[in-house]
Amino acid sequence: MTFDDLHIGSILVSTVRNAPVLIFAGMAGLFAERSGVIDIGLEGKILASAFVSAAVAYITQNPWNGIAAGMLVSVLLATLQAYVAITQKGNQLVAGIAINIAMSGLTFVVAQYIFQQGGRTPDIGQARLFDVVLPGTSAIADVPFIGWVYAHLIGGHSVLVYLAFALVPLVHWLLYHTSFGLRLRACGENPHAADAAGVNVARQRYVAMLVAGVLCSFSGAYLSIVQSGFFLRDMSAGAGYLALTAMVFGNWRPVYTFLGCLMFGFFGAVQIQIEGVELPVIGRLPGSLIQMVPYVVTVIVLAGLMAKSVAPKALGAPFVKSR
Amino acid sequence: MQPAVEFRGISKHFGAVKANTDVSFAIAKGSIHGLVGENGAGKSTLMSILYGYYRADGGEILLDGQARHIRTSQEAIALGIGMVHQHFMLVENMTVLDNVMLGSEGGFQLKPKRAAVEAQLREICARYRLDVDPLAVIHDLSVGAQQRVEILKQIYRSANILILDEPTAVLTAQETASLFEILRLFKEQGKTIILITHKLQEILDITDTVTVMRGGRVIGAVPTAGTTKEDLANMMVGRQIINTLPRAPYNPGAPVLHVQNLQLQDGQGVQLLADIGFTLRAGEIVAVAGVSGNGQSELMEILSGMRLPTSGQVDFQDKALPFAGRSDADGLPRTFRNLGIAHIPEDRLRDGVVKNFSVMHNTILGYQDKLKGRWGLFDYKAIAARCAALMKDFDVRPNNHDLRIGLLSGGNQQKVVIAREVLAQPTLMLVGQPTRGVDIGTIESIHRQLLALRDSGVAILLVSVELEEVRALADRILVMCGGRITGELKIEEFDTTRIGLLMGGMHKS
Amino acid sequence: MNNQDLPRWATAFVMPLLNLLSALLVAALVIHLLGESPTESMAILINSAIVNPEGLSYTLFYASTFIFTGLAVSIAMQAGLFNIGAEGQMYLGGLGLTLAMLAFDGALSPWTLIPIGIVSAGLFGALWAFLPGYLQAKRGSHVVVTTIMFNYIAGSLMNTIIVKLVPDGEQNPASRLFTEAAELPRLNQWFPILGETPLNISFFLAILALVIYGVVTTRSSWGFKLRATGLNKHAAHYAGIRISKMIIIVMMISGALAGLGAVNSIMGSTHYLSLNFVGGAGFVGIAIALMGRQHPVGIFLSAVLFGALIQGGFDLSLEKQNIPPETFIFIQGLIILFCGAMENFYAPAIARLLKLKK
Repeated sequence: MTFDDLHIGSILVSTVRNAPVLIFAGMAGLFAERSGVIDIGLEGKILASAFVSAAVAYITQNPWNGIAAGMLVSVLLATLQAYVAITQKGNQLVAGIAINIAMSGLTFVVAQYIFQQGGRTPDIGQARLFDVVLPGTSAIADVPFIGWVYAHLIGGHSVLVYLAFALVPLVHWLLYHTSFGLRLRACGENPHAADAAGVNVARQRYVAMLVAGVLCSFSGAYLSIVQSGFFLRDMSAGAGYLALTAMVFGNWRPVYTFLGCLMFGFFGAVQIQIEGVELPVIGRLPGSLIQMVPYVVTVIVLAGLMAKSVAPKALGAPFVKSR
Repeated sequence: MQPAVEFRGISKHFGAVKANTDVSFAIAKGSIHGLVGENGAGKSTLMSILYGYYRADGGEILLDGQARHIRTSQEAIALGIGMVHQHFMLVENMTVLDNVMLGSEGGFQLKPKRAAVEAQLREICARYRLDVDPLAVIHDLSVGAQQRVEILKQIYRSANILILDEPTAVLTAQETASLFEILRLFKEQGKTIILITHKLQEILDITDTVTVMRGGRVIGAVPTAGTTKEDLANMMVGRQIINTLPRAPYNPGAPVLHVQNLQLQDGQGVQLLADIGFTLRAGEIVAVAGVSGNGQSELMEILSGMRLPTSGQVDFQDKALPFAGRSDADGLPRTFRNLGIAHIPEDRLRDGVVKNFSVMHNTILGYQDKLKGRWGLFDYKAIAARCAALMKDFDVRPNNHDLRIGLLSGGNQQKVVIAREVLAQPTLMLVGQPTRGVDIGTIESIHRQLLALRDSGVAILLVSVELEEVRALADRILVMCGGRITGELKIEEFDTTRIGLLMGGMHKS
Repeated sequence: MNNQDLPRWATAFVMPLLNLLSALLVAALVIHLLGESPTESMAILINSAIVNPEGLSYTLFYASTFIFTGLAVSIAMQAGLFNIGAEGQMYLGGLGLTLAMLAFDGALSPWTLIPIGIVSAGLFGALWAFLPGYLQAKRGSHVVVTTIMFNYIAGSLMNTIIVKLVPDGEQNPASRLFTEAAELPRLNQWFPILGETPLNISFFLAILALVIYGVVTTRSSWGFKLRATGLNKHAAHYAGIRISKMIIIVMMISGALAGLGAVNSIMGSTHYLSLNFVGGAGFVGIAIALMGRQHPVGIFLSAVLFGALIQGGFDLSLEKQNIPPETFIFIQGLIILFCGAMENFYAPAIARLLKLKK
């Protein structure tokens, strides 16, 4: 395969289709962490909602029921995390890791129990979400380049993809232009100041975690209902941690986190395409090496060598009223 | 006209400590009222009661002639009381505007209200000459500007009574002057200001009336115009302070510590220590007196190696202490210990002990490398015996070296710390607030300990806010205020008025 | 609720036991919902993992690796660091010993070869933990995030490297088989009752490591400095401890211990390096460190418990279709939750009980 065989077009389309898993989870993590609660449990919530969405979508032959069910489960897990972090004032990191590991096991076990198919759910077949075909696609289909872009890059994706992209400006607006967002950010930076200003820090953080639960469920639903049509063991494959990475890389801000998600989606797409391709000068690059790049970049950012990544000041510290 | 605030018989105790006893005085509307006292005088407690943090045990508060029950700070704010604390309640990465709107945004969307609030803030800033840009981000502002933001917040919330807790601690002279201008404007508008301070010049400069507290009681409530600084100093500290502890005659040996031109600035540019210089000799106790927060803690941190100075030199036994060329103080306390400097820290629980370690392990703390034996292992039998002897000599109770030190009383914990440091046979002993949180019975034994140490030839630098303690222990006294040494006296010159003046910032004149 | 106010016996024994029982109770409930009897499952598990000598051998074989990863996480925890990177550090440890074996297993006798393998495993594990430790100490980068990153980087790195190590003509993503000289002696040589099981001398290596860990953390001056750093950084600074140096060294030791976990898996069992051979042992180490409260005896018991869960769980899954091995991954998560995140859950109840007795 030569360099020319690298289909830039399909890489871009793959990027757009890889990103939503990370965007939903990234936005979820953003809400939790901007309010001061570390959410390492994204992975577990994604898996749980992926399984439940696929299972319910299959059983009821309705993807929207699946999404709703997945949302419920994810919110339950988020509530548990919130309880541990806020009320019990326990170790938030450990709680997140516990949920990830627990869900990895439980989803397989329950899938096996219900469907007896080796821990996966049956293909949901026709019960998928619709793709969005933009108006006028066929009209300009013959226009070189623009026709293809309009039909395949901008249009033609599942409705959840558009939801994911639309979520970013919505989250930005919520965080920076509403009183809800102002209070949430204050809880994450200086909960004592928020408390002194009359904000109920505990309640604000609980709500943030619930929102995170809702958003995260879309990530799981996207994986199982849109991308594959079924649930498979550990299908999140680290997406939860990747989303966290994108968030750290994006300095805990919605738009930059989104860019981080795109970057990861891009590298994921390139990694698959680049196997066996002879690049000029470098020769063949194993896909696994490409796979490494986003993580290495994040470590460089964490080391403070490239832009400053500043976490919310009160992140991870349980709030105890001083008086 | 009714007074803005009137206290009638306010009492408050915390356990055995009587923080406020029968406090009664009134503050006229449209005046600036000073509240003066040393550490532990009860001023902070009283203001906390006014602001709704605590509930008084007895007595009542009248606002505008009406008795009020202030149960939370929210209620205090609703009643028009605003408080600017020593530690600001600001979200650093948000703008002034956002900080003010937080909690009272006036709706779900911010944008509609932002313009109106911004206009209001600018108007307030103009009226009171606050010189703050509502769109500035807090961490870009100087400390003085951040304080003005706190004041702005209170005014925006329609505070009629503004309490300021030691506001000038973090300000330069210029900033203090600007602050006072703002307070005068506030007063002209008919608002009432309560200024908590220990700096006597400030009282004389700006207040109309002043209440002096000591030991939880009101000693005097007078118009400023009729007092002198000596009167104030006397009221603030004046009491019979006699010394009954025996000591060897004053016969200091060679100089052990020579501090020259020590300066310390913090990350935000606040000058914490300025031009500190003094000498300490073997066999003498030099006490650093002053209200806490005037740089004494920072001085101790530098001399013990826990913090680096910005500039200056400290010679220990004629050799400069190794501050130079370091980017941080990581591991420096070990070097200092090896040189012969021991340290009884001010904040016992934070710095001096590991709460979860046993008493025995806490006697190892700081000396772990000296006490280790073969292969880097501890000989616990020997260490336990050493600890048992120490506990017996210093009368630590209960006499069980396996107990977690957090379970001991404050006094007994302190005895362990002192014993540990004394056992190291240092040349220089740094002692910070040795009897804080210690019961009365133990205080005397600790004082005897320190005097015995001095008699045996150790040089001791003592930092204490308790004048009784200073009187009991010092050979010489340095008084600090605002990060500087305001004056120096020999123990024979001990005079409460003089010391009160120096503590209040009035330099030797 | 500050559980330090409770007496030592309550925090060291009663609460961990209650936490473990809570986890097991939830597990029993799930097993019941899966249509099986929890007591019967428990019986099968105990029989397979403890009573049956071959099963016990497997249990201890798994435990050998878990003791190392448990130690790795524990020692870092004692300094206040949460090392999630044991998984990647063990992976790299496997690489280290593999490179040594591939280079020397034809030329050296087992007496030199095996120690070289062990040292290489530890060395590579330590190196993999160095950078996260350095970044935490000198730049304040949170060790949790960096070690998670390094886990993934290890995965990608090893993907690349293992492909290069596959011998010509082979399909399996694995290195070639090591020579016999590289095999750790198995205990069934001396105890034939153990049957054809891979339990080997690394079990004793693990016990040795536990003993050294115990002695170092409780009796040595370095261990004293380690614990002081973890319990109160301010007091540690006051005591003259160089905190940045301590952080870096602890992380390296932690990484080395995790790397040593590979010795059992590879030199004791498979005799080749394969993709993802770690199989979650690093994360089990986290559960063990939390459940065993970083105490050598607690670590040992927790490691054996997890070994039993894996061994017994495997046999149980053969007998009970509805309880696949993944059930025990779920239980692992529950244990981490109750022993790690909710460790103080029972503290108020215990405090009330004790006050009543007074």
